[in-house]
Amino acid sequence: MSAPNKSYDPVEVEALKPEEIERMRDEAVAAFAAAGDLDELAHAKTAHTGGTSPLALANREIGALPPQAKAAAGKLVGQARGVVSKALAARQAELEAERDARVLVEEAVDVTLPYDRIPAGARHPLTTLMERVADVFVSMGYEVAEGPEVEAEWFNFDALNFVPDHPARQMQDTFFVQGPEGTTGDESGVVLRTHTSPVQARTLIDREPPVYVVCPGRVYRTDELDATHTPVFHQIELLAVDEGLTMADLKGTLDHMVQALFGADMKTRLRPNFFPFTEPSAEMDMLCYVCRGESVGNPDRPCRTCGSEGWIELGGCGMVNPKVLVACGVDPEKYSGFAFGFGIERMLMFRHNVEDMRDMVEGDVRFTRPFGMEI
Amino acid sequence: MRVPLSWLREYVDLPATETGRDVQAKLITAGLEVETVEQLGAGLTGPLVVGKVLTIEELTEFKKPIRFCTVDVGSANGTGEPQEIICGARNFAVGDKVVVALPGAVLPGDFRIAERKTYGKVSRGMICSSEELGMGEDPNHGIIVLPPEHEVGLDATALLELYDEVLDIAVTPDRGYCLSMRGVAREAAIAYGLPLRDPALLDVPAPNSYGYPVQIADPIGCDRFTARTVVGLAPEARSPIWLQRRLQKAGMRPISLAVDITNYVMLELGQPLHAYDRTRIDGPIGVRRAEAGEKITTLDGTVRVLDAADLVITDNRGPIGIAGVMGGADTEIADPVTDAETGAVTGSSEVVIEAAHFDPISIARTARRHKLSSEASKRFERGVDPQAAAAAAQRCVDLLVLLAGGTAEAGVTEIAAPSAPRTVTMPANHPDKVAGVDYGRETVVRRLQEVGCDVYGQDELVVTVPSWRPDLNEPNDLAEEVIRLEGYENLPSTLPKPPAGRGLTERQRVHRRVGRALAGAGYVEALNYPFMGQQVLDQLGLDADDARRRVVTLVNPLSDEEPALRTTLLPGLLGALRRNDSRGSHDLALFETGLVFRPEGEPKVAVRLPVDRRPTDEEIAGVNAALPAQPRRAAVVLAGAREQSGWWGKGRPADWADAIEAARTIAAEAGAELLIEADQHAPWHPGRCAAFHVVVDGVKTLAGHGGELHPRVVKALGLPARSCAMELDLDVLEKASEGPVKAPRISAFPIATQDVALVVDQAVPSSEVESHLAEGAGELLESIRLFDVYTGDQVGEGKKSLAYALRFRAADRTLTVEEATAARDAAVARAAEHTGAVLRGA
Repeated sequence: MSAPNKSYDPVEVEALKPEEIERMRDEAVAAFAAAGDLDELAHAKTAHTGGTSPLALANREIGALPPQAKAAAGKLVGQARGVVSKALAARQAELEAERDARVLVEEAVDVTLPYDRIPAGARHPLTTLMERVADVFVSMGYEVAEGPEVEAEWFNFDALNFVPDHPARQMQDTFFVQGPEGTTGDESGVVLRTHTSPVQARTLIDREPPVYVVCPGRVYRTDELDATHTPVFHQIELLAVDEGLTMADLKGTLDHMVQALFGADMKTRLRPNFFPFTEPSAEMDMLCYVCRGESVGNPDRPCRTCGSEGWIELGGCGMVNPKVLVACGVDPEKYSGFAFGFGIERMLMFRHNVEDMRDMVEGDVRFTRPFGMEI
Repeated sequence: MRVPLSWLREYVDLPATETGRDVQAKLITAGLEVETVEQLGAGLTGPLVVGKVLTIEELTEFKKPIRFCTVDVGSANGTGEPQEIICGARNFAVGDKVVVALPGAVLPGDFRIAERKTYGKVSRGMICSSEELGMGEDPNHGIIVLPPEHEVGLDATALLELYDEVLDIAVTPDRGYCLSMRGVAREAAIAYGLPLRDPALLDVPAPNSYGYPVQIADPIGCDRFTARTVVGLAPEARSPIWLQRRLQKAGMRPISLAVDITNYVMLELGQPLHAYDRTRIDGPIGVRRAEAGEKITTLDGTVRVLDAADLVITDNRGPIGIAGVMGGADTEIADPVTDAETGAVTGSSEVVIEAAHFDPISIARTARRHKLSSEASKRFERGVDPQAAAAAAQRCVDLLVLLAGGTAEAGVTEIAAPSAPRTVTMPANHPDKVAGVDYGRETVVRRLQEVGCDVYGQDELVVTVPSWRPDLNEPNDLAEEVIRLEGYENLPSTLPKPPAGRGLTERQRVHRRVGRALAGAGYVEALNYPFMGQQVLDQLGLDADDARRRVVTLVNPLSDEEPALRTTLLPGLLGALRRNDSRGSHDLALFETGLVFRPEGEPKVAVRLPVDRRPTDEEIAGVNAALPAQPRRAAVVLAGAREQSGWWGKGRPADWADAIEAARTIAAEAGAELLIEADQHAPWHPGRCAAFHVVVDGVKTLAGHGGELHPRVVKALGLPARSCAMELDLDVLEKASEGPVKAPRISAFPIATQDVALVVDQAVPSSEVESHLAEGAGELLESIRLFDVYTGDQVGEGKKSLAYALRFRAADRTLTVEEATAARDAAVARAAEHTGAVLRGA
């Protein structure tokens, strides 16, 4: 290393000869190219661009040059250093890419590994189906009404025009609640509700018409549990009481429900029937949503869902019996209404191909899990 | 009601091409629930002919007696020679006419008849029993012996009316008249637009004073009684084949001619009848209420003790029948008995026919009281046409004269309480308004006339309803008749416009949120029956005075073991846990939300309120007071692993902390702040049980418990070891809801974190330490988190070290180290003061 030449004497500096600079440059570029990995490149970098590298030393010599020579030498060295640092960056990028490619391959995992650390939970399909049906009506402006499961006979039967000793009262096999000491049999006047219809009576007593409600809930009848019966089951009930409601409105509401739940081309069919709390009354069927009625008279395409009947029995409906309105304090001259109700278990069975009622009541996690959070 | 199509055609000229299926579809549309159409004779093909037994050779060398018969079948076998047939039955003799299936015939069940060697002979056909021909049950299990007048070689399929279709109709309670051929025929006639030949239109002699004496003491219970007498009946007379076959097809068993005729007329006209052996009645027939404790032996041989509300038929000796339900054995028509020596047949030769009308409710109560539902009671309960009694009695008399060679006595007893036809007044457009369809007056009137009404008036119709339709009382009843006959299928489909709704209530939303949150936390919902017994309460280790032992009990439970309704969700949920575990699912987290039933106060009777007006609020409150409290609960149970082990590392068993965390999850969804304290409460482990409280209107209120179950409970219930459970009252939580979440203010200034480890006595709850730390730290504290709990030598016996991370932040500036440290020191000081906490290492 030379000290700065303060005398400004033109000094021939060996290290700043153009061919010398080119050689340094080429050696550096060659060293970078020869570096096989990032470590070797780091060494080459220190050797060719570090403070003691030939080009760095050469750069310092510029200071010793006379002023008129400084510019040319500076340019010469600067260009060489530019080439070198570019080559270094390029090689650096190249080697990093190689390294990354190698490391990321090494870090690869088996993405098909299962992960059931906390197995998923699920809501019961009866709950979610009931909510889904209710939501169809809530979106139409109906509200959800609820009532007690241990219910007074008056609400469960009398208010709904089940007169005492009417055979209809025995149609439903009722659980009776034991009364106070000294009473026997059904004298308590309290039962496990046999249908969600008492909520109709409670709603009409509590609210002024117009009333548009749906009542989902649990009901009880004294059936033994088997593949198609359960003593504890779920119903959803609808009640509309307003001025000028007609059976056509009932039909339209039912059609809308099955379309919302089963598809736009669905429809319902009404057949005359008898229920004490409706008059006229009807049994409601919906078009079989699996075969759309095409299995009827078509033995080549039998339908298991509807037994090739083309229709699936859904539940009962009708125009609210004016006697019910009277018992609940609603003027039957001014208001009329319609109501329907059906079993959620049955709908779950045909909508989701459940073959055995017991699967719904036993609480086996294997049955419930696949239904997830919504249905 | 089983309706043979061939019989139905007697009253309505249905097109010959109409099948049972076609008629079914029409009747369903008209509102009759035709459940099935049975094809009689399906799988049966002839040749099936009448034969006459010529010889019988008894073969005795076999295990059972066998007969080798020759039977004259005329030319039906192609040769005219006697047919040789092996037969195992013994209820026939030489000369009897029998039914022979010749080779080539196929009987129901794909039973093919062919020549075959058997019992050392060649049998060329079969002598048939009624069961083999699919005609119905025969209690004697013998072969059919035909009346002698039928020619040999005659086609027996026609003679026995083996081919037919039977509609099986489930008759709804309002349509009692369809429990008769007459009623179903009327519906079929309307459905097809054809005239009806009404079998009740008979010439009936006027009542007179010399009929069999009848005294009615209870004209409300019995408003009509017709009695007719027929004498000189031939005891040996049997029901003709057509009569027997119609009874069989309708589902009844032929018994004896007189009984068969009463049953036949009941099926035809819907009027239950009773035939008494006149020689066995002592004095006048009476109708009255029974005296309590009176006894009667009914036709089925059962001795029944009567109730004072039962309506009975009597003679001088006492009750001879339960009115409208079942006759007594003492006055029963005697079965014909053949004297073995002389061949003479003895039996009833004089009968009194009863055709009466009884109060439906009285009959229903009696039938229910005695658990005795008969063909008669079924009809009376649903309403029998009171105007048909005389015709039914006449029809009975006619058949007894015709078929049993009897003579009708001239005496005709008829006692009838005065009654006027019932009328209903209805605006002519009422059906239109109910249906939402413009039928017009003309259609309304025509349809009402079709069902048997007389209609007068223009805009306001005065409708006289037919005597067989006690269900038609109100304008809506008449509207239904019009609408169903015009076709429910023709109703248009319109949508009403409800007023704008308010969506779900907060309570309903909470119930849904709780379910979703628990499912999201890995719990699976189970919906369990709410029935339980004493035993499970014992197994849960509840004290004798535990409130959960006060139960609502059922009068008629499905199982005597489980007569009560649940007072807690745990029995059902733990049952589901055990069931899953026993089925091989061991890592379990289940939840349920639902009602429990908690009687409050003294048990009360819910009185029957009137139905002709709205009950008063007081009356409703009185009824509601008889119901138990029915709060909605949520519960979880856990067993096995909460986190499974796997390639990611080790799993973790479910423990008490999971159960308590579930309570926090639920409370968070309900927007309530949960106060958690140690408690000792069955069925939980006394050292691992938390009580959950919330503040309702400023009052600390118990909301539930959770933790690990007591090992004794686990053992008693057969649960997996260390099972955990939690139960919360959602109604209480809902009341404690703090309303909508208030958004926190978020500061963007840097955080200052300070960790502290405090040593306290083991017994000090961490929640207390934490709340004091938070209190002492003041408003600069953004969050506090317990990140470690240590017990061991380094902190000393009976002590524990709680390590907290305190995060401080100010809303308006960057905190200095000094500020953060000062806040931490204040926090520690307060915790030290209130809980005796010592800064670890200090």
